[in-house]
Amino acid sequence: MDLSLSTETIGDRTIVRVGGEIDVYTAPKLREQLVELVNDGSFHLVVDMEGVDFLDSTGLGVLVGGLKRVRAHEGSLRLVCNQERILKIFRITGLTKVFPIHTSVEEAVAATD
Amino acid sequence: MATVELRFSALPEHVRTARLVAAAVARRAGVDEAVLDEVRLAVGEACSRAVGLHQIGGITAPVKVSLIEEEKQFSIEVGDEAPHAPTGVRTAAAAAEDPDVEAEEDEMGLAVISGLVDDVEVTAGEHGGLIRMTWPTTPPPTAVLP
Repeated sequence: MDLSLSTETIGDRTIVRVGGEIDVYTAPKLREQLVELVNDGSFHLVVDMEGVDFLDSTGLGVLVGGLKRVRAHEGSLRLVCNQERILKIFRITGLTKVFPIHTSVEEAVAATD
Repeated sequence: MATVELRFSALPEHVRTARLVAAAVARRAGVDEAVLDEVRLAVGEACSRAVGLHQIGGITAPVKVSLIEEEKQFSIEVGDEAPHAPTGVRTAAAAAEDPDVEAEEDEMGLAVISGLVDDVEVTAGEHGGLIRMTWPTTPPPTAVLP
């Protein structure tokens, strides 16, 4: 399955809905999307990963890259994920300490810390 | 010989194929269903790393994956043909190649593999590297013929 991407703006947050598989082949598309959003001035991103079937370290690298970019503009990058198989990858790499991970888009949009 | 052997051009689009084949063979070999996600992820990480090493090194040789069914265990070997320089040198080269690529990616891949797989062996020499990962299997009940 390929990667699907769509964006939506809620207040000052930009929601990036990701579906499919994020791996070494598809991750560059996600990177491009995040870079484009930051270049266009969207610095508060919420990446909704509920539709993601597969995530590997290349995908993690892209998310970390996105976080670095938004932080350079005092922005934020929050994740929405409830899938255990995906959360496990964030845990074993220690990235649960780096990304705020929320259970819903609404919760991520409401978060301010 | 390996139960199934796969060779693919060092291109990112083939990594998914390797994942699917590895998971299918692992399932058949009797690897627990609950662990198949880990098999898929680990083999994907190993293959992505090998593809990256071949691309950076301009190596035209294919990446080789061996899926080996043994008594009570299933192993996957992913071999690359990249001459292995010390890690620091390689990541610096990777970063220079494309500053957008996270320099930590290679190590993150290995971190994921070692976090996922209890039995993993990484060897590297001047003629290439090999990641061998092994999972226990429960032998299937009597084979059912079609």
